Amino acid sequence: MSGRPLLATRKETTGTRNGRRLDLLREMTRIRVFEERCVELYSATKIRGFLHVAIGEEAVAAGVCGLLEDDDAVVSTYREHGHALARGVPMDSVMAEMYGKVTGCSRGRGGSMHLFDASRRFYGGNAIVGGGLPPAVGLALADRMRSRRRATVCFFGDGAFAEGEFHESLNLAALWHLPVLFACENNLYAMGTALAKSHAQTDLALRAASYGVASWTVDGMDVLAVEEATARALERIRNGGGPVFLELRTYRFRAHSMFDPDRYRDKAEVAAWRERDPLELLARRMREDGELTDADREVLVAEATAEVDAAVRFAEESPLEDVDELTRFVYSDPAEV
Amino acid sequence: MTTAPVTTTETTYREALREALREALREDDRVFLMGEDVGSYGGCFAVTLGLLEEFGPERVRDTPLSESTFVGAGIGAALGGMRPIVEIMTVNFSMLALDQILNNAATLLHMSGGQLNVPLVIRMTTGAGRQLAAQHSHSLEGWYAHIPGLKVIAPATLEDARGMLWTALQDPDPVLLFEHGSLYNMSGALATGAGHVDIQRAAVRRPGRDLTLVSYGGSLSTSMTAADELSAGGIEVEVIDLRVLRPLDDATIMESVRRTHRAVVVDEGWRSGSLAAEVSARITEQCFFELDAPVERVCSAEVPMPYAKHLEEAALPQVATVVAAARKVVS
Repeated sequence: MSGRPLLATRKETTGTRNGRRLDLLREMTRIRVFEERCVELYSATKIRGFLHVAIGEEAVAAGVCGLLEDDDAVVSTYREHGHALARGVPMDSVMAEMYGKVTGCSRGRGGSMHLFDASRRFYGGNAIVGGGLPPAVGLALADRMRSRRRATVCFFGDGAFAEGEFHESLNLAALWHLPVLFACENNLYAMGTALAKSHAQTDLALRAASYGVASWTVDGMDVLAVEEATARALERIRNGGGPVFLELRTYRFRAHSMFDPDRYRDKAEVAAWRERDPLELLARRMREDGELTDADREVLVAEATAEVDAAVRFAEESPLEDVDELTRFVYSDPAEV
Repeated sequence: MTTAPVTTTETTYREALREALREALREDDRVFLMGEDVGSYGGCFAVTLGLLEEFGPERVRDTPLSESTFVGAGIGAALGGMRPIVEIMTVNFSMLALDQILNNAATLLHMSGGQLNVPLVIRMTTGAGRQLAAQHSHSLEGWYAHIPGLKVIAPATLEDARGMLWTALQDPDPVLLFEHGSLYNMSGALATGAGHVDIQRAAVRRPGRDLTLVSYGGSLSTSMTAADELSAGGIEVEVIDLRVLRPLDDATIMESVRRTHRAVVVDEGWRSGSLAAEVSARITEQCFFELDAPVERVCSAEVPMPYAKHLEEAALPQVATVVAAARKVVS
């Protein structure tokens, strides 16, 4: 057994041995199995539009979202399936959204890039790089003005560093001491452009710190490290310490999207990162500590597969939205369309 | 039937806006104001003068020059249960926030399948006439009126300057409020109890039988003056103030055109792809067989607004050009 103390968490541990680690492995497995199925379903033309999977980046979603309280908020990007699932958005509704069905979490209006769930304070699903940062600042501003002890987590990638909105938002959040966790998933590529090809200074935490924001670099492949950094960040944020920036160094194993032939990355580089697969990293550690057997692992995969199977069934069987509803929700009052 | 005497107060468009902001801040503790120089400076056009002292820095927030982020923060705060009023100095500057306005404010409700309302009010100055040249003078409200999900309003009178804001704040959806820069010093008598007005209907500002002049915002006074001049020449013009640029109040426009059978649209925006084009197209679609002449448009010249006074005047709709267009359709 590991002597490492368990972190405070909303999700209660299950009964088996070190339940917290198992929970994290379970969450990452769910996300991995879900996204692998999405890739298959895309090839089978069941899912259309753009599909961006985060296979390889699961430690970020699981490690950050697992520590959030129900009334915290999450603002995400177009590569957000894992964030949504780890936040508790039901897999059925996420898969139905991929299918464009009315039972989807955005009634089929958003698709893969625009998952929303107001009841879980999951604010999307933003496909304009950097575009989610200002609303995240605003959500935190509302909390601060209302003296609510909440945090807003804003996920974005390294690509957002090139956008003005990133710099404006960090400045404003720091200036107003807002309770935002800026969670930067640095996967080293803005679509096909390497970080070093688009930034003179590639030390992202250094740049974030220049705005007066507490900034830490974290091994984003190690879910325990992600969770520990998140716990520290949230504690600081909830205690009025202002925003925190986490540079979570991670890597996507697959191409940017299903359209991407992945010409810009060296295969050896991808292979090297695959050696640090976040699921394997945790599983290996748990095995070494005697917390996980191969059979346990198979159970996790089987559970996830069953959940994904059910989600696919739900999506397949769900109805499409009636075309008469096309203009519904352009305005709150349908007469105003 | 007796009518209570209406007492009035002499005020300006600027003061009417300020009183509306004051009322909103006083009546609803979810309301706050944010933008560039809205606090210590008192607002670049002095609309918010004194509000920082009255309501404090939590509710009257000076922001950095980060249009995209303070507009986006307004969106987020609205999602978080507040009722933000965001001020952008001019519509030209709002281009820096267009991403947030279009891709988030206007889109979130529909894209989330009806889950996320954005009850946000954005105020900004529009229009020319003050020799501020090509980066402070354009009338781009027509672009915003193109966008489903937004409501766009343009107060042209003291009553609307005083009353539209409150109604906009009650709206669950984003509302953009355009203040024409030439109107801030407009003064006149405002009923003492003036307050909330609708933001759904256009208004007939002057009745007439021969011609419908459709206008809004800063062009309303030009249109009213032109109507006086035309009246002296025996042409009775009905002047419609659109008030609401999206969604357009077709009913009021068409009711008028069906009586007058002629229409001129006055719009300070550029002609191509303009709001005037939209109004003209709708009149043609809905009243084609009742028209006695093609619809005319009086718009700004298709140039970046020049600085020199004579050139700026030449670029803008003037009373004389409106009168000429009216005479053309009536002849």
